[in-house]
Amino acid sequence: MVKTALHTVMHATSLSLRPGAINGDGIFARLSFTSAVVILLMLIGIILSLIDGGWEAMVKFGPGFIVSDAWNPVGGEFGAAAAIYGTLVSSLIAIIIAIPVGLGTAIFLAELAPEWLSRPVGVAIELLAAVPSIIYGMWGLFVFAPWFSEGFQLWALNHLVTLPLIGPWFDGPPIGIGLLTSGIILSFMILPIITALTRDALKTIPSVVREAAYGIGATPYEVITRVLLPTIKNAAVGAGILGLGRALGETMAVAFVIGGANRIETSLFMPASSISSTIAQQFNEATNPLHISSLIYLGLVLFILTFVVMGSARLLLKKR
Amino acid sequence: MTLRKVKNRAFIGFCIFSALFGLMVLSSVLYSLIGKGLAGMQLDLFTELTPGPGSPGGLKNAIIGSLILTALGILIATPLGVLAGTWLSESNRSSRTAEILRFLNGMLMSAPSILIGLFVYKLVVVTTGTFSGWAGATALAILALPVIVSTTEEMLRLVPTTLKEAGSGLGAPRWRVITKLCYRAAGSGIITGILLAMARITGETAPLLFTALNSNYMTTDLSQPMANLPVTIYQYAMSPYEDWNQLAWSGALLITTFILMINILATVLPRWLKARKAAKKS
Repeated sequence: MVKTALHTVMHATSLSLRPGAINGDGIFARLSFTSAVVILLMLIGIILSLIDGGWEAMVKFGPGFIVSDAWNPVGGEFGAAAAIYGTLVSSLIAIIIAIPVGLGTAIFLAELAPEWLSRPVGVAIELLAAVPSIIYGMWGLFVFAPWFSEGFQLWALNHLVTLPLIGPWFDGPPIGIGLLTSGIILSFMILPIITALTRDALKTIPSVVREAAYGIGATPYEVITRVLLPTIKNAAVGAGILGLGRALGETMAVAFVIGGANRIETSLFMPASSISSTIAQQFNEATNPLHISSLIYLGLVLFILTFVVMGSARLLLKKR
Repeated sequence: MTLRKVKNRAFIGFCIFSALFGLMVLSSVLYSLIGKGLAGMQLDLFTELTPGPGSPGGLKNAIIGSLILTALGILIATPLGVLAGTWLSESNRSSRTAEILRFLNGMLMSAPSILIGLFVYKLVVVTTGTFSGWAGATALAILALPVIVSTTEEMLRLVPTTLKEAGSGLGAPRWRVITKLCYRAAGSGIITGILLAMARITGETAPLLFTALNSNYMTTDLSQPMANLPVTIYQYAMSPYEDWNQLAWSGALLITTFILMINILATVLPRWLKARKAAKKS
């Protein structure tokens, strides 16, 4: 009773409800509310500037921009299909690798490893998130790509190309860079987010649940896959989508290793381009206003794509 | 019976492999950074300007430019972010406006950084007619803002209600309670958030490409294009010149070390502050 009464008093004097008065409280409330509104203004500003900048291309190409794969700065023909394809495929490769590995790492850290081991390993995985994307790009181009070319691509050309269905994916020049390399580098970058979110979710499960499952003779595999993972299903899916969202917008790492070719190819070894890498590589060189406008239109497509993906991830993560 | 054991073994093996996988990536990245970057770690790196191809030089202007841009970005974002976080934490739990703003803050946090670059390009570069340090700092500030907002809110929510009630009970107005009690109680957490935001923007390259651009001169004039480490690293790494590649690796080692140090500081500082506070009390 006392508690609710106090709460009412607290709310009556709450900042959000009394921005009118001209005194310390009123000024402070107004200041802090204005700052909060800046967030909204920023987002609106981003959307408006993308629409405004991309207007010329939007008028010229319309929604057909999204399905056209033309990209000819000299002839003034622009289409987003190749860049969208590159963005989606590289991000898909990234989550296909990062979700199982991230989940495995999270399970190792939360369920299997003893405390003295899981703490330093956890910190090391978090450090992966602190490394800036440009470093991944450099490392990908100078260290990973040569190794990948010799260690995997040459082997794949001899052994995987003849496989039905997936064979054509691996039929291309073993130059180390390209769509597959971008996807792999992206997977390293989103691994820590997926690991951290699922590990934290696993840790929220009360230990009685585990003990009960172990108590009836289940193996760790059974306890984790039948009891624990179903419990954190929402969080795990949310983490995966959040990782996908980050991969979609990632720029610098991709710009280093994707190759920058505006084509849609079946082979994952071929150079390609993503939305963000196209903008990063061409924006400063573009002189033709229609070229600049098309790049900003591309940016708008990316914004909508990430907004939808990230929005759904946040909604999923919220409801447990 | 044995099939269960085999499955279990394979599963545990996979989990251990996964953890090793991440560790392998991290050690390979750090190994190549140190291996290739250390070779260029000389005094020249800090005292010479970025050179043309084939001539000796350092990264002095880029290092100083990056420090200025990062510091300015944080200086702009901190007051805004802390105040906005305060408003969110003080607002009613069920408030629609707060919920929407919180959601939008999350969206701003996950907006691709290159789009922030395009936004600031339209907002500042097109309006003023030139690439500039101000534009770069603005872009970095927008990137830092949502991080500071959300950590401030989280930290302020942890402040016990009893503390606030004690303050209000003494007759302090709401804003005094917040600035004198809540900020002090949540201070170390908020500082951690600011440090993490700083770590995030230090390595950002994409938003600087179309805002601060880059420069081969030593300038502290914020209305001019400004040299900065990330863009320099990008340009030098993508170039065919070997001495530029070397500078790029050294710059990369420098920036990563700096970011890792901030990250470590962000975890150590709150503990240290807490220990100091505890020592003071006794």
